[in-house]
Amino acid sequence: MSATSVREAALAAPPPPGGRRRRYRAPDAAGPATYVLLAVTAVLFVVPFYYMIVAASRPMAEMNTSPPPFLPGPYLWQNITTALNQQAIGLSIVNSLVVSGITTAGTLLFCTLAGFAFAKLRFRGKKALFAITIGTLMIPPSLGVVPLYKLMSDWHLAGRLESVILPSLVSAFGVFFMRQYLVQTLPDELLEAAKVDGASSTRTVVSIVLPIARPGMAVLGMLTFMTSWNDFFWPVITLNSTTPTVQVALNNLGSGYVPDTSIIMAGTLVGTLPVIVVFLLLGRQIVGGIIAGAVKG
Amino acid sequence: MSTPSTTAPPAPAGPRATPAPHLSLRSRLFRLEGVSAPYAYVAPFFLLFLAFGLFPLVYTMWISFHRYELGSQPEWTGLDNYTWLFSNPKFYNALLKTITIGVLSTVPQLLLAIGLAHLLNYRMRARNLFRVSMIMPYATSVAASTLVFAQIFGRDGGLANWLLSLVGLGGLDWRNGDLSAQIAIAVIVTWRWTGYNALIYLAGMQSISADLYEAAALDGANRWQQFLHVTLPGLRPTILFTVVVSTIGATQLFGEPLLFGGVNGGALNQYQTLGLFMYQQGWVFGSLGRAATVAWVTFLLIVVLVLVNTGLARWRDRDTEGARR
Repeated sequence: MSATSVREAALAAPPPPGGRRRRYRAPDAAGPATYVLLAVTAVLFVVPFYYMIVAASRPMAEMNTSPPPFLPGPYLWQNITTALNQQAIGLSIVNSLVVSGITTAGTLLFCTLAGFAFAKLRFRGKKALFAITIGTLMIPPSLGVVPLYKLMSDWHLAGRLESVILPSLVSAFGVFFMRQYLVQTLPDELLEAAKVDGASSTRTVVSIVLPIARPGMAVLGMLTFMTSWNDFFWPVITLNSTTPTVQVALNNLGSGYVPDTSIIMAGTLVGTLPVIVVFLLLGRQIVGGIIAGAVKG
Repeated sequence: MSTPSTTAPPAPAGPRATPAPHLSLRSRLFRLEGVSAPYAYVAPFFLLFLAFGLFPLVYTMWISFHRYELGSQPEWTGLDNYTWLFSNPKFYNALLKTITIGVLSTVPQLLLAIGLAHLLNYRMRARNLFRVSMIMPYATSVAASTLVFAQIFGRDGGLANWLLSLVGLGGLDWRNGDLSAQIAIAVIVTWRWTGYNALIYLAGMQSISADLYEAAALDGANRWQQFLHVTLPGLRPTILFTVVVSTIGATQLFGEPLLFGGVNGGALNQYQTLGLFMYQQGWVFGSLGRAATVAWVTFLLIVVLVLVNTGLARWRDRDTEGARR
């Protein structure tokens, strides 16, 4: 199910305007220079990943020679084991899965509901409330960390995963994204029909809105998961080495007393692998989602 | 496929016994549900935003007027923190470094992104492969990318220095230099965000009407002229959006310098950004009141920068409209 619904997401996610116009620009076919430039850029974007693997699979001494090694060495597994022992990277992956999983679930539920209300329902103050939602995008998340930290310590949540989960259960971007998606894909007639049939609002959401929203939710889910997995600032502040997320563990690994770059790279590789795997499988959908969620002229 | 209906609460369940008023009560409840439902749907967002977004924002200002160490009670000190901040050379240093690293990363990033988006907009084979490769860095965490680049920018045996040695340049001590460290950090930021911005621009480009290109082509405009006179003006709102977002991002820079060389931002604070400075005050020195002051001043800085950016865009808009007339 997931594979097909995700593919549907890819097809449905970018809003219609693309197709018709792109055909118009058909004479705009890429020349060889375009391919070369894009290929060079692609290589530049991917090289650091490759280098991560090279560094993670060699002893540190070899990384400090000049010229540096260009091919992977045989020590990958050994370095990974050392990294896993040095910092609780295994635990941190579990923690990150918990945090990202719950955050994603909450974001999907709350943002879909709010997005649906803003897209299709009529209520007083809707315009103002939506404007506020968009306005909150402007507030940098790290601004309120001092009181947030105080709040979390008052609630005895500092250092616990809840302190990372709670503030990120919704996102203004998610509300905006789901609204855009539902405005495009949810036919008004369907809602009218449900109303005529006497379906309650909740009933309508469960049996009409959620199934239709599913492809958009898949894209938003992937984006949210990635963002949450990669979040750095707030987790580093509120969490400590007893309950680290992956990023906190990597930070600790990087700031050790004797930083062994090979071990650091091995840990980094392990901590990045889940996202890379998600990306290799679903990259097209994620790209489609970013394009769909972008601000248009 | 569809969600199990058991999760749907039996919404308009009026009392079943009385038949005559039953209907009206039922329908009244039904109406009430219909009227209140939208608010229930948007409530979680606003409640969570109030608790973890707006309240901390306002509270930050209040804390900035206090001497406040964690575990102790806040003690009102008026503007003391602000006097301390504005007479502190380290603050001006952090402000300056934030601006230089911000410019060094934002400007190349957005210029590259717009060029890449233009290329990605051509019809070509393997388009999706290229698009996905653009966005791979964005999928990487700050921690992972900084740690890899720290290796690349290593003094001995780093990839960057080896490349430089090929062109006959001596090995740079990237981390301990001043400008070199800032450039290294800017490279990390640029690497992570260029592809993402390219996709945003691509989305904007695809929403520009094809008629405009057709008209330009009929007028004899070549591709470059079309780019200048159709694409760029059409992208203006998108460009403004990315400029604002990148500006905010640049003022928030934290993870990259922290992982590149610790909380001091280098031995001489060569790359101590405002974010690092705040973190140092609050969580290394334990002075949350001062940290709040730094946060609040940073916020004001962002507001000013955003206003300047949008103002410039408006002014340019009026300028070009005037020129057309």
